Amino acid sequence: MAFDQLIAAGTVAKVVAAWVGNVAGGSGYGFRRAYEQGVPRRIVMEDHSNFTVGLALKAAAMGLPYLPTFTGIGGDIVRGHPRIRPVDDPFGGPSLLAVAAVKPDVAIIHVQRADREGNAHLWGNLGLTVEAAFAARRTIVTCEEIVPEEVIRSDPNRTVIPGFLTTAVVEEPGGALPSSVQGYWRRDFEPFLRYHQISRTPDGFQAWLREWVLDLPDRQAYLQHMGDATERLRVRDRRLAAAANFAP
Amino acid sequence: MIATYTRRELMVVAAGREIRDGEVVFVGMRLPLLGFGLAKATHAPNAVGLFENGVIRDRPAEAFIYTMGDPPNIAGAVACLGLNDVMSLLQQGRVDVGFIGGAEIDPLGNLNTTRTSGSGSLVRLPGSGGGGDIASLAGRTVLIMEHEPRRFRERVDYVTSPGHFPGRRRGGPATLITTLGVFDLTGGRVQAVTLHPGVTPEQVRQATGFELSIDEGIPATMAPSADELAYIRKADPDGFWTGDTMKGG
Repeated sequence: MAFDQLIAAGTVAKVVAAWVGNVAGGSGYGFRRAYEQGVPRRIVMEDHSNFTVGLALKAAAMGLPYLPTFTGIGGDIVRGHPRIRPVDDPFGGPSLLAVAAVKPDVAIIHVQRADREGNAHLWGNLGLTVEAAFAARRTIVTCEEIVPEEVIRSDPNRTVIPGFLTTAVVEEPGGALPSSVQGYWRRDFEPFLRYHQISRTPDGFQAWLREWVLDLPDRQAYLQHMGDATERLRVRDRRLAAAANFAP
Repeated sequence: MIATYTRRELMVVAAGREIRDGEVVFVGMRLPLLGFGLAKATHAPNAVGLFENGVIRDRPAEAFIYTMGDPPNIAGAVACLGLNDVMSLLQQGRVDVGFIGGAEIDPLGNLNTTRTSGSGSLVRLPGSGGGGDIASLAGRTVLIMEHEPRRFRERVDYVTSPGHFPGRRRGGPATLITTLGVFDLTGGRVQAVTLHPGVTPEQVRQATGFELSIDEGIPATMAPSADELAYIRKADPDGFWTGDTMKGG
């Protein structure tokens, strides 16, 4: 949905992605208008599968020009692809595809907690968060809470981004809404459904953009505009992980 | 008493039955999220589920989920890793069966979820997601589709998730579950296995834009059992995925 919103607002020239849509309904109408009609502007689309995006980021994270894979062989995604080419196995095995690195200028990562140095603890599914943070030239960490560094050091295996990679750390509770954050927020599905409906037309999208972006001067106004949703979605139960003994 | 159930519930049950006990399953979005939980709760208690966001579970999600990243699918998981970790297991050959949906299909089991001009003008679809990877790398795949003539095409415009092709190294489409029936794809053509109760061969032929094979006296898809329905209604209490008009699309 976030992809669709940026595209529909005319802020995107090129998309490198495996999937652009809305978890509520499939199609992203902003993406469709841009791709099909060039409205509000033409976009260049570089189609991937999830794994080739993952490998492209991983290659950059590893400082490599590419990584080899078997995925996608026989399909159209990899045919004539600007970033995916056939490559021989130097050890004589079957031929492979090479997926060239993607090195983002900026990665923006939301985590549960971080310290002032940007050492970040994240739990739940990791997706491509770690690869993105490692690959990017600059990484911005937003978090539910800034915690004392002792909290981070108490459980170093939970640190997915070491602070020296972090360009800036921002305490912004609810920063991933309407998506969920394990232990802090449940998913709010209504905004996905509402956006899916309203973004069917350019006028509808413009109304959404005014209501949720242009007419709201700051983050505080945005949270107020969400009304009671923030209270309704907050996770109040506690199910704590067992402690791990790090004594030397 | 005659149990009543929706078409979607029947599809979830058919999907769940494709999972054999002890298998490693790559669980797709939408109906397979329920199908995996159903199999776990009934005939396949030892199955293990991999989700492309990095979650590995050996129990159904603890409550209703819209997506695999929702908190009830993470609490109680056996592992929460990254996308590349579970995709690596898939590439290594550790996955027995994967589930994929598509907007268009052809007789070789090629799926298109990228773009189509089938209805005249260009329509952009969301893209592969993990579909192309599951199609390439799983031991076998189960495809889930709306059964409509515009979706069942002699040749898809774009092969997002490859079906059968010469030189394929592993796997390929095994079963197709649609709103009308269950079909076998292993032979590189579409052979009906069962039709959902009340569906006629003629109806299926009219809804399919290519030749498919339906034997005389083809059996009906086995109705959901009481246990299966009980699980679905607990996991999807408001019928979001399985109601008569599936809100989940």
